[in-house]
Amino acid sequence: MPTINFEGKDFFCAEDETVLECMTRHGVMIPSSCQSGACQTCMIRALEGKPTAEAQQGLKDTLKAQNYFLACVCRPDGDMTIGLSTVSPKYRVSLLEKEALNESVIRLRLQEPDGFSYKAGQFINLMRPSDELTRSYSLASMPGDGFLELQVKRVPEGQMSNWLFDDLQIGDEVEFFGPAGDCFYIPGSPEQPLLLVGTGTGLAPLYGILRDVLAEGHTGPIHLFHASLAAAGLYLVDELRSLAAGHEQLHYIPCVLHGDAPEGGRQGNITDLPAEVLGSLSGYRVFLCGDPPIVNALRQKCFLAGASMQAIHADPFVFTPAPDA
Amino acid sequence: MSTVYEQLGGEAAINAAVDIFYRKVLADHYVNRFFEGVDMEKQAAKQKGFLTMVTGGPNNYTGKDMREGHKHLVKMGLNDSHFDHIICHLRSTLAELGVAQDLIDTVISVAESTRDDVLDR
Ligand SMILES: Cc1cc2nc3c(=O)[nH]c(=O)nc-3n(C[C@H](O)[C@H](O)[C@H](O)COP(=O)(O)OP(=O)(O)OC[C@H]3O[C@@H](n4cnc5c(N)ncnc54)[C@H](O)[C@@H]3O)c2cc1C
Ligand code: HEM
Repeated sequence: MPTINFEGKDFFCAEDETVLECMTRHGVMIPSSCQSGACQTCMIRALEGKPTAEAQQGLKDTLKAQNYFLACVCRPDGDMTIGLSTVSPKYRVSLLEKEALNESVIRLRLQEPDGFSYKAGQFINLMRPSDELTRSYSLASMPGDGFLELQVKRVPEGQMSNWLFDDLQIGDEVEFFGPAGDCFYIPGSPEQPLLLVGTGTGLAPLYGILRDVLAEGHTGPIHLFHASLAAAGLYLVDELRSLAAGHEQLHYIPCVLHGDAPEGGRQGNITDLPAEVLGSLSGYRVFLCGDPPIVNALRQKCFLAGASMQAIHADPFVFTPAPDA
Repeated sequence: MSTVYEQLGGEAAINAAVDIFYRKVLADHYVNRFFEGVDMEKQAAKQKGFLTMVTGGPNNYTGKDMREGHKHLVKMGLNDSHFDHIICHLRSTLAELGVAQDLIDTVISVAESTRDDVLDR
């Protein structure tokens, strides 16, 4: 009889019982609806033990890779620990490098702790040691770089971003949890066309994903759109240009809403540009990162332009509005 | 007798149908306001529940679930003409996938049978 551990308690799963039935029988209510593996309401994560293949049918590859499964159709064949997310250890690391990328974005390079493992494109929850103020930042580095890179934008009145800009010095320590997030590249279909769209520091995860994709030997066309209000908000333009010069499958398109676009770039609304430039997105794998309303609008536009829902990976940088906003 | 769900090709076929169906629904300005949830992915999964159900695939939905599940939409003004639009998108989705006419008719009659529950009458 397999045992299911949830929040530190053991529950015995009867023969032929699903994880959902078992938890419900014990009074633990997991939200559910169709009870047949379709609606995905009951999706939960295996922190230990492997979910059955049946319980992962129809889920996105990035969710499968993190052991998410559907509780309503999982008849466990061994013990499992389930939960909503992994409780990550807290890491304490020091700042190695700090550099301005443009007027409002800095690059921070942190020590990579021993035993830390992540996928390019995931994010960490960074903590200010003095008062435990915590914010999420995407990793712009990739495994093997030997450091963790963040690209941070200064937000007016922003508590964390201004502290990182003005107070944090090389050698100072910060803490973090993670990694988390399901916006990353899974090797496979190397000839598939890729679309990467980021606004502002939405470039950070995409920069990691892009380098990962190239290191994995992806051969299909890769289109990177980086958008900002105006040219001054773009960054890493030279790096991306030389990366594109060295990889003929890579197309870098800097985009601005106002003013002149840099050479090879586009002026216009970023939610319209990808479909305008590329036409049908049928067959594309898509990565969208940055400002939440833009990411959500892009998700819809890309889907309507033909990209399959399963192939759209999005990372909206959600933030809590000010109390009086 | 096997269900239309099995004759279509089961779960893989439904996944293909969800993309086509949901794209039609979102592009239809007459009904898309009902689907403007925060999370498109969750919505798409629910549409999979819808297609699984009307094709007779594995599901445990009841008339009561349909009534409860759409009540908030009825409050937003959901009526017969919206229902007709959805039926229409369902029909053309199946036709696009090359489903035989008699199977389409079976699916549509299942969907039709839920009309009063969905519209909470
Ligand atoms: C998954 C994820 C990944 C992220 N990755 C990055 C990243 O790689 N780089 C990065 O710079 N940021 C990233 N962010 C955003 C980051 O977590 C913080 O929200 C941001 O740095 C602001 O924090 P703060 O403490 O400086 O501002 P706060 O003190 O939290 O906010 C100050 C004021 O600014 C408003 N505000 C906050 N953020 C924004 C914004 N982006 N635009 C407009 N107004 C805002 C708030 O509502 C508030 O009124 C990410 C967020 C998420 C959820
Ligand atoms: C044709 C008959 C219909 C059937 C059989 C049906 C069936 C379903 C099913 C099975 C679900 C998933 C419920 C869940 O798993 O939580 C659902 C959800 C939904 N349906 Fe329908 N539906 C029908 C008609 C409609 C119509 C006409 C509209 C609006 C135009 C509509 C809008 C929705 C919406 C918005 C949801 C998601 C609700 C939520 O966010 O929880 N449906 N439907």
